[in-house]
Amino acid sequence: MNSIPDTLEGLISLEYRHGFETSIESDEIPKGLSEDTVRLISARKNEPEFLLEWRLEAYRRWLKMTPPTWASVHYPPIDYQDIIYYSAPKSQKDGPKSLDEVDPELLKTYEKLGIPLHERAILAGVAVDAVFDSVSVATTFKDKLAEVGIIFCSFSEAVQHHPELIKQYLGTVVPVQDNFYAALNSAVFSDGSFVYIPPGVRCPMELSTYFRINAKNTGQFERTLIIADRGASVSYLEGCTAPMRDENQLHAAVVELVALEDAKIKYSTVQNWYPGDKEGRGGIYNFVTKRGDCRGARSHISWTQVETGSAITWKYPSVILRGEDSVGEFYSVALTNHRQQADTGTKMIHVGRNTRSTIVSKGISAGFGQQAYRGLVRMARSATGARNHTQCDSLLLGDRCQAHTFPYIEVKNNTATVEHEASTSRIGEDQLFFCRQRGLSAEDAVSMIVNGFCKEVFKELPMEFAVEAQKLLGVSLEGSVG
Amino acid sequence: MLSIKNLQASVGDKPILKGINLDVKAGEVHALMGPNGSGKSTLSNVLAGRENATVTGGSVTYQGKDLLALAVEERAREGIFLAFQYPVEIPGVGNVYLLKAALNAQRKHRGLPELDAMDFLALVKDKMKLMEMNESMLYRAVNEGFSGGEKKRNEILQMVVLEPNLAILDETDSGLDIDALKVVSHGVNSLRSPDRAMILVTHYQRLLDYIKPDFVHVLSDGRIQRSGGPELALELEREGYAWVGDATNEGVVAP
Repeated sequence: MNSIPDTLEGLISLEYRHGFETSIESDEIPKGLSEDTVRLISARKNEPEFLLEWRLEAYRRWLKMTPPTWASVHYPPIDYQDIIYYSAPKSQKDGPKSLDEVDPELLKTYEKLGIPLHERAILAGVAVDAVFDSVSVATTFKDKLAEVGIIFCSFSEAVQHHPELIKQYLGTVVPVQDNFYAALNSAVFSDGSFVYIPPGVRCPMELSTYFRINAKNTGQFERTLIIADRGASVSYLEGCTAPMRDENQLHAAVVELVALEDAKIKYSTVQNWYPGDKEGRGGIYNFVTKRGDCRGARSHISWTQVETGSAITWKYPSVILRGEDSVGEFYSVALTNHRQQADTGTKMIHVGRNTRSTIVSKGISAGFGQQAYRGLVRMARSATGARNHTQCDSLLLGDRCQAHTFPYIEVKNNTATVEHEASTSRIGEDQLFFCRQRGLSAEDAVSMIVNGFCKEVFKELPMEFAVEAQKLLGVSLEGSVG
Repeated sequence: MLSIKNLQASVGDKPILKGINLDVKAGEVHALMGPNGSGKSTLSNVLAGRENATVTGGSVTYQGKDLLALAVEERAREGIFLAFQYPVEIPGVGNVYLLKAALNAQRKHRGLPELDAMDFLALVKDKMKLMEMNESMLYRAVNEGFSGGEKKRNEILQMVVLEPNLAILDETDSGLDIDALKVVSHGVNSLRSPDRAMILVTHYQRLLDYIKPDFVHVLSDGRIQRSGGPELALELEREGYAWVGDATNEGVVAP
């Protein structure tokens, strides 16, 4: 009994469970950012000229930009010259031909994370593209997917083998000058995932990527691009963890989704980056730009995110609803504990006629956690008959955390419908006492109460990941309920 | 089964219980009556282990164990059940889910195999008939959107599923209409057995028309002022609480 804290107070103080470091020799370039850094990264990756030019354009624009200050998060200024922009495990240099060639240390790391690549991938039928620091380590099931014409590979491989697709779609959803972090990512991104689903193909399995930040002082800048061609559909999941460190690490990713006519993309994220310690030392700065473009009629893009990690989260997965009758969805669970801060939400930009969007946001704050939901619903002049429904709930655990809601609604078409519902509630000592009085442990009780609160979002996750997300929330809550 | 000796407890700085002595044996039903603020709910909470009251003296022995040394959930698993005066709502958590988790946590503690979904459903549906509850309530979130009466029925449903050794009912009758009171009493009576004890905390004689107590105690100013048989409750009903102590002048008006 003594080992399990039984008060909300005690439950806040447990530690991060994914905090271990793998000692693998890394191939790094020196700290700092300049045009030379950008050229060096591009050269290491043997990129075509057009991509180097694209990166340089982004870099030049970035130089003139300033970091956004409107989010309600607080952190000291980041020294962009003190970051290593490229780090690859050394054994990677010649590239593994198969899983057997992957450094066993790396594979062990994945085991610790609970993702044994071979068995898990095969048993669960999940194709995993694992990104370790900056280079994609192994891509499973690639051949099987290739049979139906699906391309699922690291971004770098896509650049080598499918440059025409990269050229056609890269930066068309999130342009290089979109925002400060997106511009930085565009200049220095190291790797990421690429998915192309050809017309009419339903991807036969969940595609999954696990990101993990390992080397010290490395920013991780992944770039993900997913294209679902006419009538295609795909479900994609990313999971993220990082080892414990004292200093803060920057993670500035960009994800672009393109859905053509009748295509469907479901993108799910389980993010568990190291959140820093109880006093707020260390942890990941997660400054991410994610956007989907419903380019074709009747296309459908759905974002589901479970965000339990990171010291600071700044993230607004969005959908541009251009095609007639297209559908955008955003389901989010965000949890902040100790000194974590999150400013997260979505943007639904309705352009096409009869477009529909749904937003369900569940925020949980504990300890000294700070959380803001920030969401924009825009009905353009052309969005005749468009509809949005937003539901935004906050759960407070303890009395030192905060939750804020900032809904932005812009309507330029008087046939459009926008609904916004918001609620704030607390997990009380009385709920906890009730569950324990019925025989449940404090841990199980808190995890049950919070999972109940998040139910609407969890049911949107692919089955096997819903279970994981529930566990993760339980784990984070052991350290998170105040 | 339960032996309370000179129990003293405070809420904040305020002493509420000032030396309670009470022995409850298996098979007995005790009614605990008293005016508002006399310490009835505090006593229930102290027995269940709620942290908002601090025990400042005395002892409580339950089945030979030092009850006050046990955590809330350990007491529950050892068979202590508290039916709440104000049952809480837990949005998104299905009633059936909570009940199954609770029952299995308790069975595990007692070294019994956990029930699978099928066996559990058979059991709980049976108990719901007893409580005259619609099965759809199983799949609704715990107490969410329940009426006052439904919440109390739900408490007793939990009790008949968990089959505790010692049940403490904290003003279970408050807020119940006469039909609901009958159903709730029926549920409680179904649990009466030679190896089970109950403590009914109530303001009113009315409940005791349906659940016959073996003993009635009058609590006032943090002490048991009088104990007796069922006739004591009738006397209270006639006379009010004014005569039992000077701690409060809030008499009880017959419903």
